[in-house]
Amino acid sequence: MIVNIARKELKGLFSSPMGWVILALLQFVFATFFLMGVDQYFLTMSGSIRPDQRIGVTEFVGGSVFGIAPFIMLFAVPLLSMRLISEERRQQTLPFLFSAPLSLTEIVLGKFLGLLVFLGVSVLLIGVMVFSLNLWADIDFGYALSNLLGLFLLLASYCALGTYVSSTTQQPVVAAIITFVALLALQLIEYFLAGDPSNTVATLSLMRHFEPLSRGLLDTRDIAYFLLFIITFLTLTIRRLDADRLRG
Amino acid sequence: MTTITVEASELTRKYGGRAAVNDVSFTLNKGEVLGFLGPNGAGKSTTMKMLTGNLAPSNGSVKICGIDMMERPKDAKALIGYLPEQPPLYRELTVDEFLTIAARLHRVSRQHIKKAVDVAKQRCGLTEMGKRLIENLSKGYQQRVGIAQAIIHNPMVVILDEPTVGLDPIQIRDIRALIKELGGEHSVILSTHILPEVEMVCDRVQIIHKGSLVFNGGIDVLKQQRHGNRLLLGLRQPPAHDALLSIPGVESVEALGDNLLRIHHTPGATPSEALVQAAVSQNWGLFQINPDQTSLEEVFVQLTFQEAVAA
Repeated sequence: MIVNIARKELKGLFSSPMGWVILALLQFVFATFFLMGVDQYFLTMSGSIRPDQRIGVTEFVGGSVFGIAPFIMLFAVPLLSMRLISEERRQQTLPFLFSAPLSLTEIVLGKFLGLLVFLGVSVLLIGVMVFSLNLWADIDFGYALSNLLGLFLLLASYCALGTYVSSTTQQPVVAAIITFVALLALQLIEYFLAGDPSNTVATLSLMRHFEPLSRGLLDTRDIAYFLLFIITFLTLTIRRLDADRLRG
Repeated sequence: MTTITVEASELTRKYGGRAAVNDVSFTLNKGEVLGFLGPNGAGKSTTMKMLTGNLAPSNGSVKICGIDMMERPKDAKALIGYLPEQPPLYRELTVDEFLTIAARLHRVSRQHIKKAVDVAKQRCGLTEMGKRLIENLSKGYQQRVGIAQAIIHNPMVVILDEPTVGLDPIQIRDIRALIKELGGEHSVILSTHILPEVEMVCDRVQIIHKGSLVFNGGIDVLKQQRHGNRLLLGLRQPPAHDALLSIPGVESVEALGDNLLRIHHTPGATPSEALVQAAVSQNWGLFQINPDQTSLEEVFVQLTFQEAVAA
C-alpha cells in the first residue's frame, strides 16, 4: 500500500512539467560542476608536484559535485515537497486517502517515499556520472559510495522536514518558504557557532553530520542522527494528520 | 435475510462546546437506500464524515458490517465507498489514471483493476472520457468521476454526499437510476436537500436538524404524512358547512377563500364520490376536486419547525 501511494505521488510529479524541469535543471547543474571538476583536475594537478599536494580524481571531482549538491538541493526539495500534503488539503482530496483502507502511517510513508524515489533518480544520475570516471581512471568507490549515501540521507532529511511543513498549511508556497528557511537555518547553525565547535546546538546542524560522510567516513552517530531526524518529522506529520481527524 | 451493513450508535460530534451532531443512532440494512435530509448546516456532512472515518466522533461508535470503525479502521474502510461534498479528484490526471489509482488504493487485485475501471466508467457514463484530463471535464462529469471512484471496488456501503449537485437534468436522471441500481446490491446513504429526489430513490428517510434526528422512517410513512386525509374542493355556490358535514366521512370543513374548501375526512373513507353526487344534485357548481397533498417541503418544514418549537 505504501508503494501504491508512492506511485501515485510519482505519477503526480511526472504528469506535470514541474517534475521534469526540476530533474533536468538539477542534472544540468551537477553535470556542469562535474565537468568543471574534471577540467580543473588536470590544471591543478599539473601544478602540484609534491606528493602530499596530489589528491585522487574521485576526491577532487567528487568533492566538487558533492560539495555543491546539499546547497542546490536546499532550493529543489522545498519546491518538490511543498505540494505533498498542502495541495491535497487545498484541493480537498485528503478524504480520498482518508476513506481508503490505509493507515495514516502508510499515507505519510508513501508520500515521503514517492518524493525520495524522485530525488533518488537525481542521486543515481550523480552516481553514474562519478562512476563514469572509472572508464579512464581507477576511482575510489568507497569514497564515492559514502558520499552518495550521505547525500541520500541528507535529502531524506530535507524531505521529511518538507513533508511535515507541508502538512501544516494549505498554501504550497507558504510550505516552500518555511521549509527553505528551516533547512537554511539548519545549515547555517554551524557557521553561527563556528567559534564554539563543542556547542550542543551546533550538533543539530545537518551539514555537520554530512561532512564526515563526504570525507568518506562512515560514522553510526551521523547515520543515527539522520534516521532520527527523518523519523521525528514523519511522526510529527502523522500526528498532524491525525489531529485533522480528531479535531476536524 | 436482511443483514445490517451500517450501524451508528449515539454518534456525537462537538466543535468547541457546540454539538454539530448530537446523539444520532440508526441502522441500515443491505440493499436499502437511505436518504439523509436536512437544511444547510444541520450536520449531514459531519455525520457522513464520521461514518467514513474521516472524522473521529466525540462519542458513540460506527460499525460497518459489524466491523468497528474505531478499532479496525482499515477493514471497515475497505467496505465503504465515499463521495465527499467536494469530489476529491486529482485534476492533473486523466480519468483512467485516477480510477486506476482509486482501484489500487481500495485493494482491488491487480488482475481485476482494468475491468473494475471499465465497469465503473460504464456505470457512470464515462466510457468516452477515459483519456481526458479531469481538469478539463465539466462539473457534471467531474461529479461522475467522483461517483465512479466511490463504487470502483464494489463496496458494501456507498456513501454519497450531495451527489446530484451541479448536474444537468438528464445527468441527474442517470445518476438517480444509478443510485437505485446500486441500492439493489449495496447499501446506499445519500444526503441531499432536493426533496423529490429522496422520494424517487430512497427506501428510507432520515431528517436531521440542528444535529439531531427528527425523523427516521420508511419513505411510505413520509408519503402518508404527505397525502394526508384531505380533499380540496372548489364550489361556485358553496352551501353551508353543515350540509357538507352531513356527508358521511367528512370530519371538518375549512374555507380557504376563492370558493375553495379543504375537507378533512376520516382515514380510509374517501368521500369524494358522495361529494360529487351531492354537488351535482344540489347544484353547488363544482369546478375542482382533488386530494390535497402537502408538498414534501411542507412536511419537511413541519418536522424541522416542530423541533425548533420543542427546543
